[in-house]
Amino acid sequence: MARFDAEARAGLSLIAPPFLYALVILAAPLLTILAYSFLTDGYLEIIRDFTWDNYVQVMTDPIVRVVMTRSLIVAMVVTAVTVVLAFPVAYYVSFVVRPERKSLWLFLITIPFWTSYLIRVFLWKVILGYNGVVNSSLTGLGIIDEPLTFILYNVNSIVITLAHAYAPFAILPIFVTLEKIDRSLLEAGRDLGESRAMTFWRVTLPLAMPGVLAAVLIVFIPTIGDYVTPEVIGGGKIPMIANMIQVQMLALDNRPLGSALAVTAMLIVAVISVTFLFLNRRFLKVRQ
Amino acid sequence: MSNHSKGRGLQAYAVLYLLFLYAPILLLPIFAFNSGTIIAFPLQGFTTEWFAQMWGNATLRRALTNSLTIAVSASVLATCLGVFATRASTRFSFPGRGGMMGFIMLPMVLPEIIVAMSLLVVLLGMGVQLSLLTVILGHALICMPYAIAILSTAFSSLDRSLEEAAFDLGETKWGAFRLITLPLVMPGIISSLLISFTISLDEFIIAFFLAGNEPTLPTYIFSQLRFPRSIPVIMALGTVLVILSVVLLAIGEYFRRRGNARIGGAPTGGLL
Repeated sequence: MARFDAEARAGLSLIAPPFLYALVILAAPLLTILAYSFLTDGYLEIIRDFTWDNYVQVMTDPIVRVVMTRSLIVAMVVTAVTVVLAFPVAYYVSFVVRPERKSLWLFLITIPFWTSYLIRVFLWKVILGYNGVVNSSLTGLGIIDEPLTFILYNVNSIVITLAHAYAPFAILPIFVTLEKIDRSLLEAGRDLGESRAMTFWRVTLPLAMPGVLAAVLIVFIPTIGDYVTPEVIGGGKIPMIANMIQVQMLALDNRPLGSALAVTAMLIVAVISVTFLFLNRRFLKVRQ
Repeated sequence: MSNHSKGRGLQAYAVLYLLFLYAPILLLPIFAFNSGTIIAFPLQGFTTEWFAQMWGNATLRRALTNSLTIAVSASVLATCLGVFATRASTRFSFPGRGGMMGFIMLPMVLPEIIVAMSLLVVLLGMGVQLSLLTVILGHALICMPYAIAILSTAFSSLDRSLEEAAFDLGETKWGAFRLITLPLVMPGIISSLLISFTISLDEFIIAFFLAGNEPTLPTYIFSQLRFPRSIPVIMALGTVLVILSVVLLAIGEYFRRRGNARIGGAPTGGLL
């Protein structure tokens, strides 16, 4: 028992500096905006009167509803597209690529992720734009007469850009779970007369689900709060929730309403994530 | 035969996917050396003028100095804090370990706008002057989870008996850490420093809101994207940044693998 106490004390004193840092730089500010969201906005100051008004406004304002719905839809579509496109790549690297080449593939997949996010987003605008790479090559080749408009500075281009930005986030967790799958299970499935497709469906995919679930959450949560892509691609005309929070907090200087927006957005994301995990809980049990 | 063809199909798909991933980056140097001022095809002539303009730009140089200051400070701070957290979580068991580690790792999944806005509101409320220091504080917070993810691989595969041997031979706790543990995890530490540096150098949201009037490279780039005339210089800057990132990551990957080999791990796994 004394041994455990000494160990616990050693561990706690070691984790104290990073934990206190996170408390001061993250928890305290988060609690502050939670408190702000229940206060009243005055001119140039915040009046310390408790109110639910900010939340009432967030719930009832049609503009908030449009922006929130758009953010949710964009994040869901981006997540679905990213994870579905990423799975075969993760599968290829884990099951087909020779072991000594695997790190090279992972390195190649992660490099674009580490290069300037802003410039990448801007370049998608260049690629998809009116005189962009896609349109000018297609018209140049005579495939189309008029530039394609469905990829121009709209929600579609936001989805493409975000699906590109978060690709490695989806590939890596799926790859890690695929690597852990005991290959003899697949052979067993085959030996018992299952076809290749059925083995994949009934053995590989369920075992890979924890990675897929992680990928879904890792892509979904940051995408819904993305600020840069709507700003650069949409030119500020197609705001998502992050842009709206920023406008309320700074341009309109209504910190209580901005805080209520931020808290509501976090709550919605948390509820969706927990529900999603709950609905898929049977796959998480498989691992244990 | 069917196994072979399945591999082929997947490989073709994976190569196409890589092409999709690299599409924007491949365009960067093309436009950086293109003499036309409009970023579109067809290309004009070859020029290095944009690179010359880039070196001559005083604001850009200031942004670079600021970004380097922030990135070096934030990566050192994040890695130091990360070493504490990783050492605690991999070596000791104590009450609340999972919860505390989970909270420290939270910035990895929290949208940056939430981190930036809440921190900004607090700093403004306290009357703190926005400066490079406030950006460093924010960047260290978001780099810390990545530092821990990298350091965990290095720390968790440490053989505890090596340390115990050092104790038995009369070393103090600190002596054993310095002489045994630290050299073994050094590649992980270097790799963590490089990754944190790269993340901080490229981070936009926190720098945008917490730097006050000081430019950093990403906020400078953002301010210039509105002016079509400045875009070619930004393409040149982007080209240089991509090369820099790739070199740093390659060095980081080299150290990570060397660290893995040193502790007898398999040479697989990526940067995360």
